[in-house]
Formats: sequence, C-alpha cells, structure tokens
Amino acid sequence: MSIYSIIFLVLTTMCGLVGAAFAVDSVFAFHSWLTVAISLAFLFWGIRNYTTEPADQSRYMDGVVRWGIIATIFWGIVGFLVGIVIATELAFPEVNLFKEMNFGRLRPLHTSAVIFAFCGNALIASSFYVVQRTTSARLALGNLAWFVFWGYQFFIILAATSYVLGVTQAREYAEPEWYIDIWLTIVWVAYLIVFMGTLFKRKEPHIFVANWFYLAFIVTVAMLHLVNNMAVPVSFFGVKSYSLFSGVQDALTQWWYGHNAVGFFLTAGFLGIMYYFVPKRANRPIYSYRLSIVHFWSLIFLYIWAGPHHLHYTALPDWAQTLGMVFSIMLWMPSWGGMINGLMTLQGAWDKIRTDPIIKMFVLSLAFYGMSTFEGPLMAIKEVNSLSHYTDWTIGHVHSAALGWNGMVTFAMIYYIVPKLWGKKEIYSLRLVNAHFWLATVGIVFYISAMWVSGIMQGVMWKTYNAAGFLEYSFAETVAAMFPYYVIRTSGGVLFLIGALLMAYNVYRTITMSKEEEANIETVTEAAA
Amino acid sequence: MDYDVFRQFADSWGLAYLTAVFVIVVLFVFRPGSKKIYDELSKIPLKDDEHVK
Repeated sequence: MSIYSIIFLVLTTMCGLVGAAFAVDSVFAFHSWLTVAISLAFLFWGIRNYTTEPADQSRYMDGVVRWGIIATIFWGIVGFLVGIVIATELAFPEVNLFKEMNFGRLRPLHTSAVIFAFCGNALIASSFYVVQRTTSARLALGNLAWFVFWGYQFFIILAATSYVLGVTQAREYAEPEWYIDIWLTIVWVAYLIVFMGTLFKRKEPHIFVANWFYLAFIVTVAMLHLVNNMAVPVSFFGVKSYSLFSGVQDALTQWWYGHNAVGFFLTAGFLGIMYYFVPKRANRPIYSYRLSIVHFWSLIFLYIWAGPHHLHYTALPDWAQTLGMVFSIMLWMPSWGGMINGLMTLQGAWDKIRTDPIIKMFVLSLAFYGMSTFEGPLMAIKEVNSLSHYTDWTIGHVHSAALGWNGMVTFAMIYYIVPKLWGKKEIYSLRLVNAHFWLATVGIVFYISAMWVSGIMQGVMWKTYNAAGFLEYSFAETVAAMFPYYVIRTSGGVLFLIGALLMAYNVYRTITMSKEEEANIETVTEAAA
Repeated sequence: MDYDVFRQFADSWGLAYLTAVFVIVVLFVFRPGSKKIYDELSKIPLKDDEHVK
C-alpha cells in the first residue's frame, strides 16, 4: 500500500468520525461507524504491508481480477437466494416475518445484488482481464484498480444495509441515498481512469471492439448515475434527500436512467464479455469484425432513446412515447446483428456445442439475448404494452434476459477464466458445468413460462368487462389466480440457485486442485467420448 | 433556451447530425480494402494472453 492510500484512508476515517458525531438519524450514524471501522481495518493492513517497491510491469495485474471473480460468485449466490425469498413471499405472504424481511425492503436488495453486485463485479473483473490482454499492457496507475474493487464492494455493503434498514431514494435501480451515490461516483471515476489509462498505454495499435463496449458501459453509466441522482440532501448528516426533478420530468429521467442501465450495464458491458470470451473459448476469430463495429455504433445511437417505452399511456407527451416505441423497435437490428455475430463465430467449430459445455453455455446465453431482445421491442409497442404493462410478463421478460443472457454468459466466462487465473489447465469438472447448464436452463424455463402465463392472464383479467360494463374481476381475484404460477416461479429460482452453488463448488475445487488431481481431470476432447 | 426551441433544435439539427455521424461510420467501415484489416483485427482475442509485450 502506498502513502496516498494511507492518506486517503485517514481522510475517510475522519469523515466517518465527523459523520458519526453529527448524525441526525440512526442509519447515517451506522454507516459512519461502518466507514470508520472499514477504513481502520484497511489502514491497519496497509501499514503492515507498506511498500514503496513498484509493481512488476512485465506481468498482468490479475490479483484484482481473481478477487473480482470470487466476489461475483459470492454476490450472485446472495442475490439469487434473496430472489427466492421474495418469490416465496409473493406466493406465501406469511413469510414476511419481520420488517427487515419485508418484500418492500428485500426487493431492491435482490435487484441491486444481482444487477450491481453480481453483474457489476463480473463486468469490472472481466474488463480488467480483457483490457490487459487486448492491449498487451498491465493495468495503469498501480493499485488504483484495487481501490475500484474494494470501493465498489463498500458501495454494495452501504446500499444493501440501507435497504434492509428501510432507507431508499425510491428510484427503481437507483435506490441508494445521496451520500452512497457520491461514493459510487468516486469509485466509478477511478474505474474510468484505470480503464482509459490502460488503453492509453496499449501496445496493440488498434483498440479491440470489446473495449469499446466496456468503455461505452463505463462512460454511459457515469452519465446516467450523475443525472438521475441529482438531489438535495435535507441535512449533510442525514440520509434523506429530495430529487431535483418533479412530475413527468422526474418519471422520464428515471426511465431514461432505468432503461439505459439495461442498455449499457446489462447489454453493452456484457457484449464486451461476449466479444472477447466467445472467440477465445471457441478458438475462432470473430465472425465479422465489420459487423461488430456497426453493431456497436447502432446500439449506442439507438438505445439511449428507448426509455420512454416504460411510460406508455402516462402523462408523458405522446410524441415522446412514440419516440421510445420506435427506437425500441429499431433496436431489433443491432441486437440480432450482435447475436448472429456471436453465434457465427462458432463457424468451423460447431461440434464444440456438443463437446464443450462452456461453449454450450455461451450459445444458450446468445440465444436468450436474441429472444429477450425480440420480446422487449414487442412489449414496447403501445398496443402490446397496454396488455403487458404492470403485469408479471414484464418480470418474466427481465428474467429471461437477466438469467438467460447475463447469468449464462457470466457463468461461462467464470468457467473459462478461473483455470486461466489460477494457472490450471481446465475447470475441475466439466460434468458439473454440464449439470449447472441444465439446472439453470430448466430453472429459467420454469420461471419465464410461469410468468408469461400469469402475466398475460393478469393483463386479460384486468381488461375483462361484464355485460353491464363493469370490471369482471376484483384485484384480489387476479392475485389469487396467480398463486400456482408464483409457486412454479419459485421452484425455477431454486433450480437456478442450485446450479450456482455447483459452480461455487466447482470453482473452489479448481482453485485448490493439486497437481495429481489436475493430471486426472477431464478436458473437452475426452469429455466428448 | 426554452423547451420549444430546444426540442426544435433536437429534432432537426440534432437528428441530422446523429444520423450523419452514423452513416459516415457505416460507410467508413465498408471502405475499399478494409476487409483485410478487419480480418486481422478479428483475431486479436486469439493472441498470446500470458505475457505483457
């Protein structure tokens, strides 16, 4: 640890102490003390490990990637588990045992844990891995990458504890309060600097397309985060703040943020993963590099306008609703172009879908990418939206994309990267990878088919009139009708979690594998026999 | 700048600018002789991933 890190940690400790001394509410006091405790722990560790020796520039910086992958797996399991808890709460409301376990508090915990903690760590770790390999340069600016990693974990802890303690900004996917937002901004700027710095010192003249996608993800998320979280705190020593926006502007800003979080966090960033790891694992060049560039620019130009489709039939001006719908439909093209580019990369290696379970996972993730980017534009059409909006169909759509595309591509990336990072020839058990593949696939199918049926049923029940012109069903009747589907959905989530637990075990065995074990594990060609 | 001015600018000059940039990018990608370059670039992931150059 360098002198700058020590000065920084002394400052954060002091901020924490001041915050704790003047705190006007208990959650702010708790977070202040947490800041003090964690800063002091790092400070203690940093002073014991103080060094002025510069890092070996001839080697890639992979320690932070290793930690990032472990954090990805850890937060994934936490997020999936909380998902199962809230799915159970919807089917059996008695499970809302006490206020910290209430659906309203655990729901943002689930969404933030899977999107920001699981997917976010996967993106940060894989981007650090990919940018070094494709530029042939070590990560820039020494240990700043470690600050990005630990700073991001601290952001997750602050956000998660605030939800459970009942503090929220009430903006979907942007629930953390103002001071947590400021912390994330600092971490994110550091991330941008590390990534850009590495690109600047690249030894490969061309910036590989995966890095474009990663960079678009980092820059756009910074912009979205800053604009959507513009708020004035009531006190500098309390959690509560008020947004600068109100009314329809507030709603539009929120969904401009919300949809581009999908577009740039869960799509652009993950396409960065896809464009490096699919060619790498298949040992084939990208099918069409031209298409990848057109894919990139069309995605960037179109996605940013699609947000208003979340506000069909609201007070938002009609032209803005139509704009959102039209751009959503146009997004079909780049999405399918990207899917085709990924799938066709297997040209000349199609047999690997049969022989290599990791390639099989990549292919399934691309298939889900294609399917959910077909379903999304369909649901953005106003007439379809009048049936689907506010129903479980939306939840099903989100999960086919998140579990099918983001989840599967992350799992495949982890199975590929773990042996690389820990210097093993292959993952401990490809059979377990295959088991994970099937558990997750069946889990997703359970989940999304249950949500399609329950969502469309719900939408139709809401729209049904009787002969006298009154609504046929009361709201409670629609809720009761959904019970069996909620149970099926929960069981799908359980299968998905079991698959993730198998992955954690497989990764653990890979990392701790002895030389003798390594000599005896199955590799892809043997597994095919 | 009030709302109307802003909107009029956005859906005339703004729209034309973004569309033009996009068209130029696509034309640039299909410029003559680019195929050879892109075939090389598509192999970047397959290069040595163990050692810093």
